[in-house]
Amino acid sequence: MSEREVLELLRENARYSAADIARMTDLEEDEVEAAIEELEAAGLVRGYQAVVDWDRLEDERVRAEVELNVRLDRETGYDDIAERLARFPQVTALRLVSGDYDFDMEVEGDSIREVSQFISEKVAPVPEITQTVTHYVMTSYKENGIELGDGEDDDRLSYSP
Amino acid sequence: MTFELSDRVQAVPPSGIRRFFEIAEERDEVISLGVGEPDFATPWAARDAAITSLEQGKTSYTANRGKRELREAIADYVADRFDLGYDPDEEIIVTAGASEAVDLAFRAFVNPGDTVAIAQPAYISYEPGVIFAGGEVLPVPTREEDDFRLTVEGLEEAGAADADVLVLCYPNNPTGAIMPEEDLEPIAEFAREHDLTVFSDEIYAELTYDGEHTSIASLEGMRERTIVFNGFSKAHAMTGLRLGYALGPADAIGAMNKIHQYTMLSAPTTAQYAALEALDSCDNDVEEMVEEYDRRRRFVLSRFREIGMDVFEAKGAFYCFPEVPEGFTAEEFAEEVLREQGVAVVPGDVFGDVGEGHLRVSYATGLEDLRRALNRIEAFVADHA
Ligand SMILES: Cc1ncc(COP(=O)(O)O)c(C=O)c1O
Repeated sequence: MSEREVLELLRENARYSAADIARMTDLEEDEVEAAIEELEAAGLVRGYQAVVDWDRLEDERVRAEVELNVRLDRETGYDDIAERLARFPQVTALRLVSGDYDFDMEVEGDSIREVSQFISEKVAPVPEITQTVTHYVMTSYKENGIELGDGEDDDRLSYSP
Repeated sequence: MTFELSDRVQAVPPSGIRRFFEIAEERDEVISLGVGEPDFATPWAARDAAITSLEQGKTSYTANRGKRELREAIADYVADRFDLGYDPDEEIIVTAGASEAVDLAFRAFVNPGDTVAIAQPAYISYEPGVIFAGGEVLPVPTREEDDFRLTVEGLEEAGAADADVLVLCYPNNPTGAIMPEEDLEPIAEFAREHDLTVFSDEIYAELTYDGEHTSIASLEGMRERTIVFNGFSKAHAMTGLRLGYALGPADAIGAMNKIHQYTMLSAPTTAQYAALEALDSCDNDVEEMVEEYDRRRRFVLSRFREIGMDVFEAKGAFYCFPEVPEGFTAEEFAEEVLREQGVAVVPGDVFGDVGEGHLRVSYATGLEDLRRALNRIEAFVADHA
């Protein structure tokens, strides 16, 4: 119902004001505010971030996708390993995935050196981790559903029938 | 030597939006709410089908009436969505846009001197189309009090009982009005009683935000006297691919095909492949676009009310039709808001005299731009209060 609609609109643009969302959904502004509060309280909405095209920034920002293989034992499950890895601030995303490897981890740092060091000194030594494969991101074309490129200009005529 | 223009060409005045276009060109940073086409690109699957067809060298003419496969897909689609049953072999013709279909119908069914009643405000191409065909236009005004729906009283007052053809367009460009089944019934009865041929332009059918679209051709006794126009420009965001179609009884479509086969031969082949894919696999894309238009519609209507401009509750297409504040004509408002604030809107009188005092505002533009444009309109209204 409307909560879902509010969620979709926030996903589209987290900066829509409650008033804007109210206008788009025919809800009252305070209903929108209440819905957002509830979504946040329920942990459905976990935060709001800008989608950044780092390639446009002068300063280097290095990102890597890391494949991780792990060996589980009786005491340690996926969740335990994940919990340990997710605590590192360098890790921006961590997912257990199906297929050839176990975890898919996104890492960010200020330089290749920093990221490499993090992987070799902090991640690889974790006893359950049997293998890491690091892929440095060279160019990003789409992030969070938003295409990064130059953006297409609206070349429609300003008046048409 | 100078060309001597035909009387029919001379009878058509220059387009009312041309002058505005020139002003807009001179000014930078115009936000345009003057466009009558989607701001979305054609769904990728349809574009990909077009590309593949080109890669495979499918670049020859198709059958005059369009690829059989496409006509079948159209027949299934209109049966499913609008309860319309048409035979793909004889009762469907694929055209270069709904525009061509409209033109074919005027030329096939209007004799010099015939009267064509047009429910107004109306899409700007009908009147010239009638004049090019040698017919006479009979404007049938609709009123905001009736939600811009056509009524039998309106038809009677205008003298449409004596007309030969009645042109309808719902959901409507420019008002955004729709005609639910209960409003179409008396119009259908009027058409049967007075033996009118009905041209029903339903190109915005998918863009109906409140209830379901009803085609007048699906009402009893109407199929045999109605030509339905539709196409891929609006709901499938395919304006530049130029693909539309007409539905009607076999002899009528045959007559239209007679003109089409000598003037157009066949609709663009690449576009036909795109359209086939659009019908086959793009329902979700259409649904998403419709949802997005609906959100913008609510946003725009609510902003106009906050600004203090009366606005009719548009329920279809992607236009709304606010009233200009006192002290302005539609043209003055449109021109000044363009010059002062760089917002392009179309004055309502372009769509017939009854549109005076209104603006056509298109929301086929992203929400950020809509928000900025409405802020500018708000500032403009405040400056001139
Ligand atoms: C009511 C109406 N009919 C027909 C058309 C033309 O459609 P097409 O691109 O299929 O020629 C338009 C375009 O604005 C329209 O608004």
